[in-house]
Amino acid sequence: MTTNIRYKSRFMKSEESEDKQYVGFATLPNQVHRKSVKKGFDFTLMVAGESGLGKSTLVNSLFLTDLYKDRKLLNAEERINQTVEITKHTVDIEEKGVKLKLTIVDTPGFGDAVNNNECWKPITDYIDQQFEQYFRDESGLNRKNILDNRVHCCLYFIPPFGHGLRPVDVEFMKALHEKVNIVPLISKADCLTPNEVKKLKDRVRDEIEHFGIKVYQFPECDSDEEEEFKQMDKELKECTPFAVIGSNTVVEARGQRVRGRLYPWGIVEVENQSHCDFVKLRNMLIRSHMHDLKDVTCDVHYENYRAHCIQEMTSKLAQDNRTDSPLPILPLPTPDVETERLIKMKDEELKRMQEMLEKMQQQMHEKDQ
Amino acid sequence: MAATDVDIFSNEEKRNLSLGGHVGFDSLPDQLVSKSVTQGFCFNILCVGETGIGKSTLMNTLFNTMFENEEASHYQNGVYLRPRTYDLQESNVHLKLTIVDTVGFGDQINKEESYKPIVDYIDTQFENYLQEELKIKRSLFNYHDTRIHICLYFIAPTGHSLKSLDLVTMKKLDSKVNIIPIIAKADTISKSELHKFKIKIMSELVSNGVQIYQFPTDDGAVTEINSSMNAHLPFAVVGSVEEVKVGNKAVRARQYPWGVVQVENESHCDFVKLREMLIRVNMEDLREQTHARHYELYRRCKLEEMGFKDTDPDSQPFSLQETYEAKRKEFLGDLQRKEEEMRQMFVNKVKETEGELKEKERELHEKFEQLKRMHQEEKRKVEEKRRELEEEMNAFNRRKVAAETLSLSQPLKKDKDKKKVTYEKTSCPTSEKTGAMTVVKLLDFLCSSSS
Repeated sequence: MTTNIRYKSRFMKSEESEDKQYVGFATLPNQVHRKSVKKGFDFTLMVAGESGLGKSTLVNSLFLTDLYKDRKLLNAEERINQTVEITKHTVDIEEKGVKLKLTIVDTPGFGDAVNNNECWKPITDYIDQQFEQYFRDESGLNRKNILDNRVHCCLYFIPPFGHGLRPVDVEFMKALHEKVNIVPLISKADCLTPNEVKKLKDRVRDEIEHFGIKVYQFPECDSDEEEEFKQMDKELKECTPFAVIGSNTVVEARGQRVRGRLYPWGIVEVENQSHCDFVKLRNMLIRSHMHDLKDVTCDVHYENYRAHCIQEMTSKLAQDNRTDSPLPILPLPTPDVETERLIKMKDEELKRMQEMLEKMQQQMHEKDQ
Repeated sequence: MAATDVDIFSNEEKRNLSLGGHVGFDSLPDQLVSKSVTQGFCFNILCVGETGIGKSTLMNTLFNTMFENEEASHYQNGVYLRPRTYDLQESNVHLKLTIVDTVGFGDQINKEESYKPIVDYIDTQFENYLQEELKIKRSLFNYHDTRIHICLYFIAPTGHSLKSLDLVTMKKLDSKVNIIPIIAKADTISKSELHKFKIKIMSELVSNGVQIYQFPTDDGAVTEINSSMNAHLPFAVVGSVEEVKVGNKAVRARQYPWGVVQVENESHCDFVKLREMLIRVNMEDLREQTHARHYELYRRCKLEEMGFKDTDPDSQPFSLQETYEAKRKEFLGDLQRKEEEMRQMFVNKVKETEGELKEKERELHEKFEQLKRMHQEEKRKVEEKRRELEEEMNAFNRRKVAAETLSLSQPLKKDKDKKKVTYEKTSCPTSEKTGAMTVVKLLDFLCSSSS
């Protein structure tokens, strides 16, 4: 909403000074807008965390759809040796003419088994696979219809029952922070009083810094943004990680029908900012930073992957096949002085021999003549 | 005579008699009560649950005191148990309360070994009691009983079902201790979800054969309340030590922006039910069950392992003695046999090595003889050669003497010739002589070296 307003105000300003200098490229944002609406957007969101933390409920609340109909949950004994699976749900949703192809990547089984060694491996493999597929498509001949399945954002659910991050949380985030944008969330925040929420957020932030985990950082605002926007941005940054509550059931509170959870002692409203940070998360994820998430994925994570891939390929080729490589080889290590001298000597000899040959040929010619 | 009389009487049925007046043995329970009050009571609780799930807070809330507790970290390498003993008093009843906490439970990435420290701890307490019981000079009434009477298993409020770790751990513990599962932090589950969650948990426990503690329904006074409570398991509890003003009272509660969760409000959570059941009604039954069922099971397994059998029902101490003696003999016999075996082996080995050594000695002797013979041969050859040489030398000396005498008889004429001749002659004999000298020297050298 705010972005639309910004476009319009700029357009108005330029119209006022239109007399002599009006060229017309101030309409570019509108053109971009039209084209993108026609093209449609796509977004891939991954949700990760142990079962029972409210991931499906939150996804349903965020996009106001029911993605998880007829879901089968496993029993405890089946989960003892469970492996992590990757499931994808794709929905096409539309709002005011803008189409969004939303893909939710779910990770059932993460952290559920008794032995969770390397339970994040299927997830990192999946992300790498998507990168690889995109890399191949990009290097191919026909690039018209590339399907972008790369994961743009990963919501990681931290349980609120503990005192902070657990070892499995730390290991997961460290394995993924350089492949995908991680947004950590404190789930089921309705079991924490406001003091406890603050303590837990501070704790989690400290631990993230302590372990060197690079979570998604909001981009800095430009200095010419409006004050209101800057204020919002600052609040957003101080609120991470977001403490969220999800719900798809509608309850009656204070005379209104709102989405919330009904308890004997009160009603938790999902969209009430003083109850939880759901609204902030939704604004950040969908309303203001969705495109930035996509950009960071393309510009940073994907480029890192691509560079790493190419480097590996060239070093492999250089090992197998020194003379014949289609890609430019890195310069050979400088030869030592000895061999250089020998080479020079041989060169000179060759030259002399050639000269002698020429002379002899000349003599022969003269003799003939 | 008397012995057989006693036998007859004990085989008859016991007869019910009615009393003619008040005797007074109805004060027996009171005597028992006053005795146990003076002795003081002992109760041990084990709290098993993930870090941060609310174990310490619940203990503080249950007993209405602040037990000292530091917050545990999530980064322990393994699970370890932390027992703490406190002395509490209410009216004139003393309670020695031990709370055992599991630190680091559920935090590791690989939780396959998480249940072991807990099981080991429980077994150790049983073992200590067994040792005390088997002592010759024992004082059981003075003994500080550390056996765990109740295990409160804290289930995380996910709303779906039990976690795999919960199932595995409870299965390992159910034959060793009374388990009461409780749902921790229950203020995050709404009423309808809670109902479904409880049913799911109980069905999972039943289908996996986990035996949790059932409140006794055979004791007249408490049957009703116990059986109704059995239906409410697992209890969904909320703990808090902070007080919030509700109405005009200060109650223990948790203050949220959307409302206040009162700990002692039965419609909010099952805390009151838990307290009733655990402390006010069934504490003694829990201790009895621990002693009569779990401890006896442990004892039986342990003694059977050691090889004891109960073949004689009415003189158990004797059979213990007999079996002990039998075992001892067996053990000694075993020991002797093993000694014999070892000795045998040792002797065999010694014989073997002796044999080998003898072989080697013999070989050496042979070699020595051989060498000696060779040496003799060589010496003989050398001797022969020497003799030959000596003969040659003698022959030569004679020729020399003859030549000299000849030269002396013709001194003047043949001076030059003599010189020449002597010159020639000297050249020959010197060379011959040196040749002979070198040969002699060589022979000497050979003889000295061979000797």
